[in-house]
Amino acid sequence: MRLLRSLVKTVAAYALLAGSISFLAGAGFVNPYWVQILMLACIVAISAQGLNIIYGFTGLFSLGHAAFYGIGAYTAAYLMKTYGGQSQAAFLAALLAGGGASAAVAYLIGLPTLRLTSDYLGIATLGFGIIMKVVFDNADSFLPELGGARGMTGIAKMTTIPWVIFFLIVSLLVVRNTIHSRYGRAILSVREDEIAAETMGIDTFQYKMVGFVTGCAFAGVAGGLYAHLYTFLHPSNFDFFKSIDILIIVVLGGLGNMSGTLVVSFGWIFLLEGLRVFLPPGYVELRWVLIPVLLIVTMLLRPQGIFGAHEFPFLRGKGAR
Amino acid sequence: MMLEIRGLTKHFGGIQAVDGVDLHLGEGDLVGLIGPNGSGKTTVFNLVTGIYRPDSGSMALGGENLVGIPPHRINRLGIARTFQNIRLFRNLTVMDNVRIAHHSHLEYGPLAALCRTGRFYNGENELHEKVEIYLSIFNLQNRKYEIAGNLSYGDQRKLEIARALASEPRVLLLDEPAAGMNPYEVGRLMEFILSIRERFRISILLIEHQMRLVMGICERLAVMDFGQVIARGIPAEIRENRKVIEAYLGEDISIE
Repeated sequence: MRLLRSLVKTVAAYALLAGSISFLAGAGFVNPYWVQILMLACIVAISAQGLNIIYGFTGLFSLGHAAFYGIGAYTAAYLMKTYGGQSQAAFLAALLAGGGASAAVAYLIGLPTLRLTSDYLGIATLGFGIIMKVVFDNADSFLPELGGARGMTGIAKMTTIPWVIFFLIVSLLVVRNTIHSRYGRAILSVREDEIAAETMGIDTFQYKMVGFVTGCAFAGVAGGLYAHLYTFLHPSNFDFFKSIDILIIVVLGGLGNMSGTLVVSFGWIFLLEGLRVFLPPGYVELRWVLIPVLLIVTMLLRPQGIFGAHEFPFLRGKGAR
Repeated sequence: MMLEIRGLTKHFGGIQAVDGVDLHLGEGDLVGLIGPNGSGKTTVFNLVTGIYRPDSGSMALGGENLVGIPPHRINRLGIARTFQNIRLFRNLTVMDNVRIAHHSHLEYGPLAALCRTGRFYNGENELHEKVEIYLSIFNLQNRKYEIAGNLSYGDQRKLEIARALASEPRVLLLDEPAAGMNPYEVGRLMEFILSIRERFRISILLIEHQMRLVMGICERLAVMDFGQVIARGIPAEIRENRKVIEAYLGEDISIE
């Protein structure tokens, strides 16, 4: 009964959100450019929610998130281009395959590196991110369709508002329901104190792996959505600096805070694009001065992230405060 | 025999931290492990709970080998502990600290958690009732939504014991449970320790420096010095033991 009721509520929320935005866009109330930015913000929010699992909840410092985003993007785009055509079902399968590919690579990377402590893991994932950038740059040498350093073109435009809203809601539900269960608490205990967690019966390596693989799968799905939104992929979209962008979003939102990550993802994207519009021509690159300043000010005033420990009601656990 | 340790040895570089220790803990026993600082007591705990791997020796819980088993498996076999330098999950609530320790006794799977099925709610509700029980033993039931790191020092020590109990152990290892407590709190703690032994029918091995607690509730004592057990017996015997007095106070001192 309870399951049915929450399912109905979720579907209703989804229909309302996706329907109203699609209507506003379709009827021409919202400029298509801003619709595209809105979709990008949703995609970034999914990817950031993934890093939030990895760094915010599990406490694993990862500097290679964009690489997993890229693996998902290239995998989904390649599958769709070669086998999918324009089919919606194939698109869904390609997105899940992208997430799966990222998860599989994350598992292989995790086997040796998750035994390292946090700082060393940061270095290891940084190295992995740089290796993947080189792989993307030279990808045409083993799969010509991937384009290598020239970029991958000819990807179908499949990503629509209903798709991004759907995956955003699913990602939020997965994080919320996991965190407020025994699995989520086990993940949190790893972040808090690994030795204490081990002696309380938590297999810390296993839960580090669960956190890392799940977070990377989110990045993979987000990457697939990104590929089919802009229909063009270039290795520079997945370099180290893109990992830092997501890291900034998660830290600004408050580590381990779902609401903060969600809001800051949208804020970040709209600020970047908004400044492009509002700054006088010729001063647009001042964005890269204003944003670090904003970051420094936030960290001085709210080091716990803008949301602190507060969560939106729909992201709270059962029986929480 | 509940916990049986024979010839346990561990060295760090040139230091023989634990050197051929034998310890036996029967069902329902309450045994104290005492000795000067640096005599290897905590290292014994770290060996028994699997945090360190012994160089040699055997350890068994109810006949089941403990050597080379990872800590989380040892906990599931039935050994829980507290830490000398409190190791709570500091940023989580009091309730979550206890709930995490009960993790391996919950039955619902990942899918039930993701979809929040009836099984998930049943499991969580039962867990909630159990948490109430463990917290109320230590009078912490009204503080379950507080962040563990904000509790007073004495309450943090109690919460650590509650957390250890929530993993449903057969053997409980307490590492200086009375450290930093005032005489009144130590008195309460002694009652708590005796009552949880009765209530949960567990065996307790405790490290402690406060002689009032050790002499007051322990049935047997083992005294360690330089990694070896130098004496064992009932508290009254240990009090008179020449070697023990020497270990604590040095040699060639006459005691009235």
